[in-house]
Amino acid sequence: MSTTKVKVAENAAKFIQQDDIHEKLHDQNLWNVRMRRDTVASAIPEWEELRTLASRIKEHTLTHLDEYVLQFADNAEKRGIKVHWASTAEDHNRIVYEILASHQVKRLVKSKSMLQEECHMAPYLEKRGITLTETDLGERIQQLSGQDPSHIVMPAIHQTKEDIAKLFAEKIGTDPNKVDANYLTEAMRNNARPKFLEAEATMTGANFAIAETGSFVVCTNEGNADLGAAIAPLHIASIGIEKMVPKVEDMGVFIRLLSRSAVGTAATQYTSHFSGPRKGTEMHIILTDHGRSHRLGLEDFWSSLKCIRCGACMNTCPVYRRSGGLSYGATYSGPIGIILDPSYDEDKYSELPFHSSLCGSCTEVCPVRIDIAEQIVKWRKVMSAKKKLPVGLRLAFGVTGTVFKYPWVFRTAEAAGKWALKFAPDALIYNKTLNAWGRQRKLPEFADQTFRDWYLKNRNKEPKA
Amino acid sequence: MKVALFIPCYIDALYPKVGIATLELLERLGVEVDYPLNQTCCGQPLGNEGDQKNAAAAERLFVDNFKGYDYIVGPAGSCVKHVRHHLDAIEQTTDVQSVRKNTYELVEFLHDILKLRDFSNVTFSHRVAVHNSCSSIRGLQLASCSEVMGPRWNKTEALLERVKGLELVHIDRPDECCGFGGTFAVTDEAVSAKMGLDKVRDYERHGIEYVVSPDMSCLMHQEGVSKMQQMPIQFVHIAQVLNQGPF
Repeated sequence: MSTTKVKVAENAAKFIQQDDIHEKLHDQNLWNVRMRRDTVASAIPEWEELRTLASRIKEHTLTHLDEYVLQFADNAEKRGIKVHWASTAEDHNRIVYEILASHQVKRLVKSKSMLQEECHMAPYLEKRGITLTETDLGERIQQLSGQDPSHIVMPAIHQTKEDIAKLFAEKIGTDPNKVDANYLTEAMRNNARPKFLEAEATMTGANFAIAETGSFVVCTNEGNADLGAAIAPLHIASIGIEKMVPKVEDMGVFIRLLSRSAVGTAATQYTSHFSGPRKGTEMHIILTDHGRSHRLGLEDFWSSLKCIRCGACMNTCPVYRRSGGLSYGATYSGPIGIILDPSYDEDKYSELPFHSSLCGSCTEVCPVRIDIAEQIVKWRKVMSAKKKLPVGLRLAFGVTGTVFKYPWVFRTAEAAGKWALKFAPDALIYNKTLNAWGRQRKLPEFADQTFRDWYLKNRNKEPKA
Repeated sequence: MKVALFIPCYIDALYPKVGIATLELLERLGVEVDYPLNQTCCGQPLGNEGDQKNAAAAERLFVDNFKGYDYIVGPAGSCVKHVRHHLDAIEQTTDVQSVRKNTYELVEFLHDILKLRDFSNVTFSHRVAVHNSCSSIRGLQLASCSEVMGPRWNKTEALLERVKGLELVHIDRPDECCGFGGTFAVTDEAVSAKMGLDKVRDYERHGIEYVVSPDMSCLMHQEGVSKMQQMPIQFVHIAQVLNQGPF
């Protein structure tokens, strides 16, 4: 992994400026998802109560995580599932490879798992001679594009139909002039089906792991996880330890929230409870930490572990919609990415918390009530205290701090600012490289007299200071 | 009732008319208003960026200026939100706590404390969109936000509803952030400007003549974008409408 600082604002500017199509569509498509979410959420009278319940179940589970993880592992083993423990991404990938190697697996089909993305598992396995096929359409598009997913739920949402028609023409031989979504989806389906039949193993993630039963729940819309698991003789599921919920009945809360928040439908097409291997096959799960217990110990940020990866905060985020997910240079983008990524690497992701207008919409849509916007501000405080602010900001704030501390300095600065704006030529004010305000916005005019001057003249004849 | 007027730094320098309108309006409503002369800034621009060290001095001065008043009223949602929710770079003494509790945004003060609704003595014959800032909506609950399911309200619109001739219009994305976001407007220029452009185009599509807001900071950004596009939309503070000027 590179530790070069991610220049998220610059990347976002490129996303906007590439043409008049991508950013506009990206914004509109995701806004439409947000609107569908509002429609289905408003049909449930107890929606806000459900959010509170979900949040409390997750908080309870996370504060008793040791007990629930062990209970889950115990019960899973009783069901004939082989349980593995991975502390790091490297552990996770090594364990997967060892299982595959011991079964002479050469061809693997998998459905989407953000944890496997976190661990950068695909390149690890490919380097070791495993042919890995993403089976979910969005992930497959990203795999063929050689890009990371740009969204948790809709990994290729930053690409247009035209982009995909071109990509598929190149990679799977479709007609480059046919940009019809049904045609393209059908073509990929026909391309993928034989791979399911050939694969010696399948991999999934999990949306929820139920401690009392030792079973895990996978929610999908395309059914590829189920198809893979129904055919291959070996099923490996990667599960982050924060996925625990205590009881099956808790699903009644989370399933109602998940798909409504994510894509604005009542439920995903498939909600599958995996409760043990089919006869004559093997099922393995890898319970993975990868930074989770570290985050659980961070007083200000532990509640981010409540996240159920619905992506609602991304869909609603006006900054994310204009930036595209790849701009964040991380597995997780958008508001949830801003608060998760720095816990992995404070240097690389130090500018992410500043890529927010702090509008607070993310906090209000989050189905498990993570105070995302508050955590963004708290990460800014961390970056500021550790002197990881962008240099320009640091200097500016030092000066501003002094100006606001002393009333007379403030008055002088006001006067100087007014003078500078009055006499500076437009060419300087609207200089394309010097002034980030004036490139696309007219500057406000300093008034001839401040409110305070007016007040002294019109209300208070004898100033005290 | 001992009321102090809080005129945020940028209103003092750039929008003195908003300060004048606020003061005159409160006086006309029979409120006795003090204006502490040593006020500068509440510290929000620094606090928002996580710079607690530099925010502390501004916050201390703010409390020195405004302690002892029953109400501190300011025509700026985001500044009031900072005071109420985030003025925490300094020790939370009794003075600090009561200043934070007693600081009100103008619309809140008119709507919740003075309990006013009827401004039918005011005339403003225009097609108007209200822009409540994100701080006003999600921080001060000046209006319900679209994300949360339940009852709907909008205090800013409630004050404008009976103004003569005023036609309230709702745009496509009324509570979508306009992209100002303080220093974000400069550090994230491309995204900020695009959000602003999308916002003013939304007004344009709906034939809006005036955008009325309790927050001039958002309007400074929106007006900047709109002027650059040579759109004829006007941007004014709600105090200017309710006080019938100065514009």
